[in-house]
Amino acid sequence: MPASSDVRGKKALDADSRRWLESLRSGHPNRDQAIARLHEMLLRAAHHEVGRRRLSLAHLPDDELDEIATQSADDALVSLLAKLDQYRGKSRFTTWAYKFALLEAAVKVRRLMWRNRETPVEPEHWLVIQDESSGPDGRAERSELLDVLREAITNTLTPHQREVLVALALNGVPIDVLAERNGTTRGALYKTLHDARQKLRSELAARGLTPEAREDGETR
Amino acid sequence: MSRGETETGILIRRALGPSGPELGCDECFERLDEYVEYGLAGAPMDEIVPGMRAHLEGCPACREEHESLMSFLLAS
Repeated sequence: MPASSDVRGKKALDADSRRWLESLRSGHPNRDQAIARLHEMLLRAAHHEVGRRRLSLAHLPDDELDEIATQSADDALVSLLAKLDQYRGKSRFTTWAYKFALLEAAVKVRRLMWRNRETPVEPEHWLVIQDESSGPDGRAERSELLDVLREAITNTLTPHQREVLVALALNGVPIDVLAERNGTTRGALYKTLHDARQKLRSELAARGLTPEAREDGETR
Repeated sequence: MSRGETETGILIRRALGPSGPELGCDECFERLDEYVEYGLAGAPMDEIVPGMRAHLEGCPACREEHESLMSFLLAS
């Protein structure tokens, strides 16, 4: 928990975070020791992330998993030190640091899991799915909604928007995997996905359909 | 997948994404540490970081990283 914070978003930099910042600055006499200690922490976080996904990586030997964690900690350290000036003390320094290692490990694992897989960009499954919900009223409404969605995906979206929406939202391709394959960034891809979703919502609204997710995930 | 959620419901939710304003991936990463710490402290993190929850609903990768940081801090 944040050591020195209220509950409205105002925080003072705690002593431990201040010590981390000072010791990592260029020219500090203990900088090398601080970097070594930080790397140990990042490695622990990376191992945690790899461990969480161990079931999906059961085909890999332990030494390869260790290598992923080590590489993630190395890359996180480089990235973090380059962004040290961007740390604003909104969280503990260690929490801020951990997220770099967890991100690196997560991205490496996702790319590994998709290493030999094609990127599905065709909405084949989406086009043939039948609504299986119970109740004739709800089924008819959802059926209309599905029809309008299919039409909008096919005719309203640009080819790029359609490819991104189908890959990310319908076929579950991880965003960083698609970004790497398309030579773009995660942020740019999500912007495309967001714009595509807004177009679909506008199309539904124009037909008087206003789906909102209920807690059970159905639409109305 | 929510209890009782149909395949149709899942696909519609994925296609349309969150209904409200949301952060982008870059800002999500920038503020993830803050959001998680406030959440663990029981603070109103959705008021402090508006748009984060919607983004986590719409972006599986960022959602995974949110879960990862939460679980790591809880385990530490």
